[in-house]
Amino acid sequence: MKPAKFEYRAPRELEEALSILAEVGDEGKVLAGGQSLVPSMNFRLARPAVLVDINGIGGIDSVTSSSDHLVIGTLARHVRFERPVTDGPLGHLLALAARKVGHRPIRIRGTFGGSLAHADPAAEWCMIATLLDATMVASSVRGQREITASNFFKTVFSTALEPDELLTEARLPLLNPAAKIGFVEFSRRAGDFAIVAASSVLDVEGGRISTARIALGSVGGTPLRSPAAEAVLQGNVPSGELFAEAGEAAAGDVEPMGDIHGSPEYRRDLVRVLTRRSLQASTEH
Amino acid sequence: MWVGRRLRRFEDAALLRGEGRFVGDIASGSAAMRFVRSPVARGKILDIEIPKGASVITGRDLEGVGTVMPLLHRDDFIAVEQPVLPLTEVHFAGQAVAAVIAPTAEEAEDFADQVFLEIDPLDPVVGLDNALSPDAPLVHEHVPGNSIIDSNMTTPGFTEAFEPAPFKVSVDIRSSRQSAMPLETRGGHAAFDASTGRVTLSAGTQAPHVIRTAIADVLGIPEADLRVVAPDVGGGFGQKYCLAVEDVVAVWAARRYRMAVAWIEDRRENFTSSFHSRDQHYLVTGAFDDDGKLVALEADIRCNVGAFSCYPVTCGVEALMAMAEMPGPYDFREYSVRARAVTTNACPIAPYRGVSRPVITMTLERLMDEAANRIGVSEVEIRRRNLVTEFPYTSVMGLVYDQATYIESLDRAVELIDLDGFRKEQEESLTKGKYIGLGLSTFSERTGYGTSAFAARSMDITPGFETVEMTMDPSGFVEVRVGASSHGQGLETSLSQLVADELGVRPENVRIVQGDTDRTPYGWGTFASRSAVLAGGASKLASHDMRAKLAAIAANELEAAVEDMEFSEGSVKVRGTDVAVEMSKLARIAYHKSNQLSLGSTPGLSVSATYDPHGTFSNACHAAVVEVDLETGAVQIRRFLVVEDAGILINPLIADGQVHGGVAQGIASALFEELVYDENGNLLTTSLMDYLPPTMSEMPLIEIEHLVSISDATITGAKGLGEGGAIGAPAAVINAINDALRPLGVVLNENPATPERVRRHIARAQGA
Ligand SMILES: Cc1cc2nc3c(=O)[nH]c(=O)nc-3n(C[C@H](O)[C@H](O)[C@H](O)COP(=O)(O)OP(=O)(O)OC[C@H]3O[C@@H](n4cnc5c(N)ncnc54)[C@H](O)[C@@H]3O)c2cc1C
Repeated sequence: MKPAKFEYRAPRELEEALSILAEVGDEGKVLAGGQSLVPSMNFRLARPAVLVDINGIGGIDSVTSSSDHLVIGTLARHVRFERPVTDGPLGHLLALAARKVGHRPIRIRGTFGGSLAHADPAAEWCMIATLLDATMVASSVRGQREITASNFFKTVFSTALEPDELLTEARLPLLNPAAKIGFVEFSRRAGDFAIVAASSVLDVEGGRISTARIALGSVGGTPLRSPAAEAVLQGNVPSGELFAEAGEAAAGDVEPMGDIHGSPEYRRDLVRVLTRRSLQASTEH
Repeated sequence: MWVGRRLRRFEDAALLRGEGRFVGDIASGSAAMRFVRSPVARGKILDIEIPKGASVITGRDLEGVGTVMPLLHRDDFIAVEQPVLPLTEVHFAGQAVAAVIAPTAEEAEDFADQVFLEIDPLDPVVGLDNALSPDAPLVHEHVPGNSIIDSNMTTPGFTEAFEPAPFKVSVDIRSSRQSAMPLETRGGHAAFDASTGRVTLSAGTQAPHVIRTAIADVLGIPEADLRVVAPDVGGGFGQKYCLAVEDVVAVWAARRYRMAVAWIEDRRENFTSSFHSRDQHYLVTGAFDDDGKLVALEADIRCNVGAFSCYPVTCGVEALMAMAEMPGPYDFREYSVRARAVTTNACPIAPYRGVSRPVITMTLERLMDEAANRIGVSEVEIRRRNLVTEFPYTSVMGLVYDQATYIESLDRAVELIDLDGFRKEQEESLTKGKYIGLGLSTFSERTGYGTSAFAARSMDITPGFETVEMTMDPSGFVEVRVGASSHGQGLETSLSQLVADELGVRPENVRIVQGDTDRTPYGWGTFASRSAVLAGGASKLASHDMRAKLAAIAANELEAAVEDMEFSEGSVKVRGTDVAVEMSKLARIAYHKSNQLSLGSTPGLSVSATYDPHGTFSNACHAAVVEVDLETGAVQIRRFLVVEDAGILINPLIADGQVHGGVAQGIASALFEELVYDENGNLLTTSLMDYLPPTMSEMPLIEIEHLVSISDATITGAKGLGEGGAIGAPAAVINAINDALRPLGVVLNENPATPERVRRHIARAQGA
């Protein structure tokens, strides 16, 4: 469980990092918090020839709000979100999710951008990005481009990023101050990746749900929205029965894969339960 | 008195400061050995391609090296021979096939990646049920039916008692494959000393003397050419008791190449290749009379022992222990049993904390609860009617139980857990759709097995006795050299306490030396809750001899009668007077003024003593309260209580630590840990993301109360307790889950009760 040989580069400037990435192409790998990459190098599942450590680059770890977005620099560490980084429901949602990302030592090193780039379908940040349809900003010597979540996550551990691109920030739309947010996940032990996770945002106007978003983690190659469950909710009065119906719809929307932590049937069961619980929790506080 | 005090462990300061010395520390700087392991469960080795520039050892190089073949001398046992490195066939995925030596671990792994094993795969035998099916291929050609042990016993009156009994209650218990998973993986550092021609093997082992014998025998060298040292060892739990073929290769290479070389297993290898445990299936029927008294028990015991037999105990230990100790703390006189050790193409099994007793206990405790339901008595009453109450008691298998508190511990646990109050709460919870349950587990733990106890199993190598050599040096300090080998049990502290009391010195003035074949008398190491009993007993006997020597010198010095010598606070005094002499002065005399010793006394202060009792039984009652989430199947433990009796506790703090650790591993068995093979015999759970030991977050607070039986089965009054936590906890948790789900008609008899398994049971019950 020792990594294969690699060359280590530690640029101090963003431009320098981008030019190294352009130079090494497929052979290179970005090292952020290392909490996913280093274990996979030790298992020799990843064998990058060149490791480009971006931890020494200043200014890419900020978290700021614009009028309509929360802008998260790629190196912002998970731990930073344990307390709300912004007022209102978004900060609260991120805090609920942050506490479920691994264990504290992992949260101290692991980064928001690293999690998105790693694209584990069970990762909390990937699910939140999908839930809110976040925008990812990719930089390279060729310039900058914006990629929405639905185009960003391709499949398990795979994104729209090109080998020479660095994910520099993620932009999450701020939520309506009265939005009702829900986040629940099920895992065997504290700190484990979710077997299934569910999250939701509801806007309620005049007693009826005006917009509904539901995202699910660990039920496919990427985090998924559930259009069927969202349709069930849309325009209706929130109630236990409605949420249960939405849970049923969400369960019907997914084709989860199985592994030793949960068979497809069990995961589908959990989708039903957790979707309902996420919605319920969102209207209880 | 030092015995009975909660002294902090002497061992801990260095460990907490990071100053412990483990094999990995010793290995630092030496060449690294990396094993190339079979990627398939079964196959013929066609070729081993060695990359250019690599130093690789294969089975061919080990010409003249013997095989590992542990033996039982019984007709119902078939020996299986394990090559150190296989020449023709591999028998499990993860089996060591070749060893690469390189200057660093990284380079060794680079080369190992490039060694190409050309193996023609054969149909593997995976899992107990497959192995026992009539058309199963044979794992070893000479083992028919894949049963290495197939043992039967029926008492003459069995049928007569069993057939007419009004209540027959059956349970079908499965306990999954587990790993003992010590924090420190296995490893060994073998260093050749050119000046003496000897090799020193520093290894993570629980039994340095046994390992030395094993390696010397396999290599065909005198034991004197090998020194085995167990430095700090980061847990073993049985996994480090048995011989690792990797250690044999390391010693061979150190001799052959006159070098120092270390193999340090990584976590993945620890899962694929280090001894596994449990993987047992029991089908048991109890015949009860109208009063709920168990009159006869029928048991079919099946243990999947994997591809080979572990040295020295053999893979018979699981099945034979289950057969002999099935009665547990309960009284019944008629018994019919078949016990099989079944070989499969899986990693070999070695005894893990509790060995078969966690499964025995789960079986009996599930049986008692199911019987109580059927017969219509409470779970407490059924146990009270069947527990052994008079001692000594001889079981149907001829085991003699010494004084214990089976009923008392049950009653006390019921009181402390407030069973009546709980039943009310349970009823109320149910009306709110909340499912909570309480489970009891009453059991005995056979400990301190002596030679006679092991001899009953007909082992070729019969462990048991323990010897202690004790020296008081000229400065008056005591050195105690023991063959037992602590690897986290705190033996240095508890033995010091025992000896301090016997000699009237402070525990800090007693140094325990262990884990080094050059320094300690031949002994069997630490396993089976034996060290406090055996090494403790031998220390006490040695102390008596030391006292006699000191008393003689003191009597001479003080001009008083030997019988009047009294030992306390570092001095010897004449009883009833204040005439005294310091022990350090006596020590000086013994060494430096031996001309003053009375005629016939030998100079110096060295004694040795051996202790070999038959054995004893600790006991306990565990109680667990759980809540089950019907929708997810998740089980949360809300309370966990242990009332246990290990006789006199030498150090209650250490005893509590043993209970905590054991219960944690028992809860792990009940809810979390499972090694899973796919149908091709490849292990799927090869990292800590897939194999899930519980963490602090999953552990409940463990409440402990001790009862103290006064037993004369051991000379210290101490019974062992290392395994009890792991033995009792699974049954308590599984019973609690069944209790919670009884309103739905769920019966769950399988370990671990993962959320998915629990959910499946619930769904099935709700669907019906
Ligand atoms: C025991 C354990 C438990 C965990 N539990 C969870 C959990 O419950 N939930 C969860 O979400 N995560 C969990 N993780 C993973 C953790 O959150 C990681 O921090 C995260 O997945 C990756 O972030 P990182 O900064 O550590 O990235 P790294 O490990 O450094 O990199 C991950 C991948 O992303 C690429 N990458 C990183 N940054 C960039 C960038 N800016 N641009 C382009 N590519 C980039 C790397 O090249 C690499 O391929 C766990 C990890 C461990 C060890």
